[in-house]
Formats: sequence, C-alpha cells, structure tokens
Amino acid sequence: MTANVKDKAAIVGIANTEFSKNSGRSELQLAAEAVAGALEDAGLKPSDVDGMTTFTMDNTDEIELARAVGIGDLSFYSRVPHGGGAATGLIHQAAMAVASGMAETIVCYRSLNGRSGHRYSSGVSGNLLTADAIHWGWYMPYGLVTPASWVAMYTQRYMHLTNCTHDSLFEVAHTMREYAATNPAALFYDQRFDRAEYDAQKKIVDPFRLYDCCLESDGASAVIITTTERAKDLRQPGVVVKGVGQAAAANMESMTSFYRDEIAAIPSMDIAASKAYEQSGLTPDDIDAAVIYDAFTPIVLWQLESWGFCKHGEAHDFVMDGALRPGGRLPTNTHGGQLSEAYIHGVNGIVEAARLVRKTSVNQPDKEVNHVLVTSGVGVPTGGALLGSMDTL
Amino acid sequence: MNPEETKEFEQKIHAFVGRENGPPKKGKDAVNEPMIRQWAEVMGDESPVYTDKETAKNTTKGGIIAPPSMLQAWSMEGYPMAGSPAVDVQRSLHNVFDENGFTGVLGTNTSTEFFRDLKPGDEVTYHTVIESISEQKSTARGIGYFIETVTQFTDQNGERVGKQVFRVLKFIPADAPAEASSVADDSPAVPTRIAAPRGHDNGWWWEAADKGKVLIQRCKSCQTLRHPPRPMCGECQSVEWDSIESTLDGEIFSFTVLHYPKVPGYDYPLCCAVISLAEGTRIVANVVGIDTEEVKIGMKVKGKVEQVDEKTMLPQFYPVAGGQ
Repeated sequence: MTANVKDKAAIVGIANTEFSKNSGRSELQLAAEAVAGALEDAGLKPSDVDGMTTFTMDNTDEIELARAVGIGDLSFYSRVPHGGGAATGLIHQAAMAVASGMAETIVCYRSLNGRSGHRYSSGVSGNLLTADAIHWGWYMPYGLVTPASWVAMYTQRYMHLTNCTHDSLFEVAHTMREYAATNPAALFYDQRFDRAEYDAQKKIVDPFRLYDCCLESDGASAVIITTTERAKDLRQPGVVVKGVGQAAAANMESMTSFYRDEIAAIPSMDIAASKAYEQSGLTPDDIDAAVIYDAFTPIVLWQLESWGFCKHGEAHDFVMDGALRPGGRLPTNTHGGQLSEAYIHGVNGIVEAARLVRKTSVNQPDKEVNHVLVTSGVGVPTGGALLGSMDTL
Repeated sequence: MNPEETKEFEQKIHAFVGRENGPPKKGKDAVNEPMIRQWAEVMGDESPVYTDKETAKNTTKGGIIAPPSMLQAWSMEGYPMAGSPAVDVQRSLHNVFDENGFTGVLGTNTSTEFFRDLKPGDEVTYHTVIESISEQKSTARGIGYFIETVTQFTDQNGERVGKQVFRVLKFIPADAPAEASSVADDSPAVPTRIAAPRGHDNGWWWEAADKGKVLIQRCKSCQTLRHPPRPMCGECQSVEWDSIESTLDGEIFSFTVLHYPKVPGYDYPLCCAVISLAEGTRIVANVVGIDTEEVKIGMKVKGKVEQVDEKTMLPQFYPVAGGQ
C-alpha cells in the first residue's frame, strides 16, 4: 500500500539558532527562538500553528514551548523515538497530519545543549528498569557504551567485506569540512584539515579517529510544515514533501542490531528509501543533491547504497569519484553536515535540504536542483524524505 | 565529591570567571637596555637589534627593541614574590581548588600575540582577567579543570602592545590517596564496571553469570535458541522457555577496540566483539589475552566467565591457539 501524502504538505519556514559549545541558555529558550524564527521566515503567526512534533529524546515539552512562543490550541502532537533516527520522522508525522487534515500547520523542532549539557559521547548508563535499560545492559558491562563504539562494530564488518578503506572515510570527512569552511554558521567555519591532520588525530574507537565523529553542539532547529495549498500564499517558496519513509527492519535493536545474518548494511534505511521512492514516483536519477545524516563517516556510505546511488558494497568507489563534492554527481551536506556544521540531531540537515530546494544554500550547487534527499540517523529505526520545489507540483 | 558537592564547588569556581586578577598595574621598570641585554644573554639570542645601537638603527626597527617574547618580563613582580606570593584573585581561586583536593597544578600552554615592538623608555601596564574555567576533564594527570587567564599589555599611551593567554590545569593528582569516603558510602574504592540492570526478562541470565555460566534461552515449544533473552519466541509465540549452557566456543563476527573516552572501571585499549557461538546465537563480550592490534574478524575464541572487578562476573573470550 502506498501512502497518500505526495504533494500534500510543504516546508514553508525554517530556522536554526546559532550553534555553539555553550549556548548559555535553556533548551526551552533555544527551541522557542528556533520556532519563532521559522514562523517569521514563513510569515506565519504563532496562533497559526495547531500541531507540533519532536524527538522523544527532546527535553522540551510541547506545551511549554507552545506557551513560550504564544502558540494556541494544538490538535496534533507526536514524538518519534531513537535519537537521530527521528530527524525526518518529524516530516513523516507532519506530512501525515497535514494530509489527513488532523492539523494544518505543524512545527517540527529539536533543541539540545548537546555540548554544555548532557554529552552523548559520555556514554549510556542505566538506573531505570525499562526495556531500553535492559537492552543497554547487554553492552555496558563490557564497556560498549558510546555511539561511536556501536557504529564501529558495523563498520569493521563492512570494511572486512568490501573495498572500503580510510580513503573513503577521509573523503566523507574532508568533503563535509570543506563545505563547512565556507559556511559562516558552521562551528568549523574557515577551519580546514588535510589528510595528514586527519590521520594524526587521536583514536576514538577502531577504526574511527576524531574527525570521523560528529560534533557535540548546542543549538536548535525548527521547520514549519503546512498544506501545499496554503504554501502558495506564504512568504517563502514552499518545499514540497514528495515522499517520506520511516522504518524499523526486522530483528532491530537500538544501535546494536548485531544479531542479523549480516550487519554490514542498514536494512531499515533500505525500506524507508523504497517507501519514499514509491510514494514520490522518483528514482535515484531524479535526486540532484542530498543531506545525509553523518554522525560518523561510514554511515554516509551505507545510506548512499540504501538510496540506490550505487550498489550495496560499492559506496567507496562512488565517493572516491568525488560524487559528494560541489561539482559531483550528488553534492552532499553542503552546510558541512553534523561532522562540521553542528550536531542538532539531523534537523539542521532538514533546514539545509529546504535551503537547497529554495536555492539559498551558502554552497548552492552550480546546477538545477529540483529534488533533494534528506535522511535520519541510522543504526536505529530511521527514515528519509524526498523534497522538491513547488514547480514539481 | 557527590554530584551536589561537585555542583556547589563548580558554582564557587565559576564565580571567578570574568573577574580581574587585580586592577591594571604598571611594570616595576620602564623598558630599558640593561634588562634587554641580560635577557638576550641568558637566552643566547645574539641578534644585534636587541643590543647594538648602531646596527639596530640601520634595520627596519630603527633602533634597539626589546625581544617580543620578553613581554611578560616587564610585568614580573620581582624576586620578593618568590618568598611571599601576592594574595590576588587568581591565588584565591587556586586556594578553592586546593581545599577541594585539586592540589596539582600544571601550566599546560600559553599563547602570546604581539601588536608592536617595545623600545627603551616604553612603560608597560598589564591587566589580567580570569577568562574561563573548563568543564571537569579527565586527564592523564588526573581529574581537573583548565583555568585560562588573559593578560592585556598596554603602553604609556594606553595602546595595546600584546596579549597573553595562559592555561593551567588544576587537578587531583592521580596517585593521591582517594578522598576519605563518607560513612554511609559502600561503593568500592576502585571503580567497577557499569552493571546491567536486572529485571524479570534478564535477571536469570545475569544470576547464572554470577555463578560462572553463560546460558542461552530456548523455546520450550519449538526449541529455537535466542539471545539476548526476551519473554516470547519470535518463531512460535510461545512464552514457555528454558535454557541451555553455552560451551563458549566462538568466532569473532565483528569487533572494535575502544580508546576514548576512558570510562572509569575499564582498562583501555578495550576490545569488544560480537561473537558467533557454536550453538548458533551471538553474544557481545570482551576479547582479552591478546594484543588488541592482533584481533581479527573470523578468529576462533573460547570464553570463560571471570570476575573482572570487585562486583562483576562476565564472560571474557580468549584466542584459541592456532585457531585462525
């Protein structure tokens, strides 16, 4: 069954706060600033909003945020679980709500003091007896506690089975950094590195050195989604949701799906991709640019495979051809990604994907951009969305 | 320190951030040729621009200048300071650290910017501000905080001549005796591994591990083995189950070696692996008894349940001799 959301919903407002290592204010305030900024961008009033969606991991309550921003009655609110896997899940929720008429104008937000507050690199530790805590209990006693270590387990297997080497991991890290170097909003603005510097960084977990790992940052991002009908009358050109998939493949654990027959792949993203392509009628050839979730370098490779830009196991060759670079087949993470712009759990990526469609990225590719892919974090239940310009309606 | 004490301590030290060490102060001596000459001699810097008037006059400097890196010397308190150090704001801050066990001090790095050359007769005024204090860091020296001070140097006309950033680490020396534990604190002196929470669906597995056994859950209805344990069989939906004991013969399916961050209670580099057991299920555990550089996918391993610290029994896997 194909979901009936195509061309029903559009992103009409986007905003990020500044990104920093210490925001100096609450996550609620960051969220409120991002939401107010996105409403301003759209030319909408807080009272126009009737729905909200965010991550289960977000510490900011919808009702607190609504009250802070001056949003009135809500008829839709939802949360998506599993960390960065929720990023395009927000589009998924909002597009369904809009398509079904449950709500007309939805705020998607994510706010975190990911550096000055709780840092993910400090690892998990459980006190509450939840299914999730029991799950982590199979890994914590052995010391397998950080996101980097979980992703490394898939990566070592992937590198064992394919021709992937540090050359392609470097290519991903370096491409993101070069984009960030020309993006004044990026935490790594104007800070470049070369291969020698990449190789000289400290080891985090094998095979990752520091530059294979994303930032930890403070900041917030928000996007406003409403009907394509209404989008036509708003301040900014609408960014249409052509298709959006969300999936948890069989035998799934959050970050530690080590019990599938093979683990050098991300089947959840394969499913999400086929759903999004099916809904939109688009194929990989139609996609002009991408924002691919990049908490760690190799996950970009796997997602290129899931979305059909190359065959499974062949992403190394694809990126070594310069595909992700400005003049390449698929300019990717033109904001610098989470490796080099900021880590706002993928929602700054949705903001950038919308900019690419609006043709307002600071690193806008020198070609016609009609369709853009944006994805969520992987290793968890995940998803992705295909966005297009209003001309594609 | 417990979390409340740490919070209180951090509030105390952070109150120092932004404070001036003291009001702007003029150096004891104006920039002068004798001190320049002595400094250049001690440093072994023979550049004539510091000592030879005639030669210096014909350079782009137009006369004798002070070596730029001598900047801080113009602000130094002089010899009496060694006997009775000034009680300034920075000293008070260090005292707060000392009182809380952060007795170690290490100058970690300094960086200086120079805006113009100093010439004999210039008068240098310096002004130091406590710029920042880092979050708590775990360093090779011990747990501590980096304190950064910024000193601005100006001349007799109030023009900036230089800026120095100085960073020190105040830390609890790693070899210092652990702080006296409070009466009700029964936590072990040496940190232990993070324990798995035990509930209805998994407690039995960990209790068996405590007794030296690794069990694999088995569906009573269709005999399918499953790990990690869960209450229902995914094949036949039976909630009836028992278990078998694993022989712990295995093969490395994938692995990683952890280097950073170093969590207390674990030894690094630390190898964690997904191991395919002979029974057909997989388990995550440590691989030990081998240089972590030598671990390979496909390597045969044999496990045994061992006491890894004061409180923890865990399966640990060793390479099987010749078992590649």
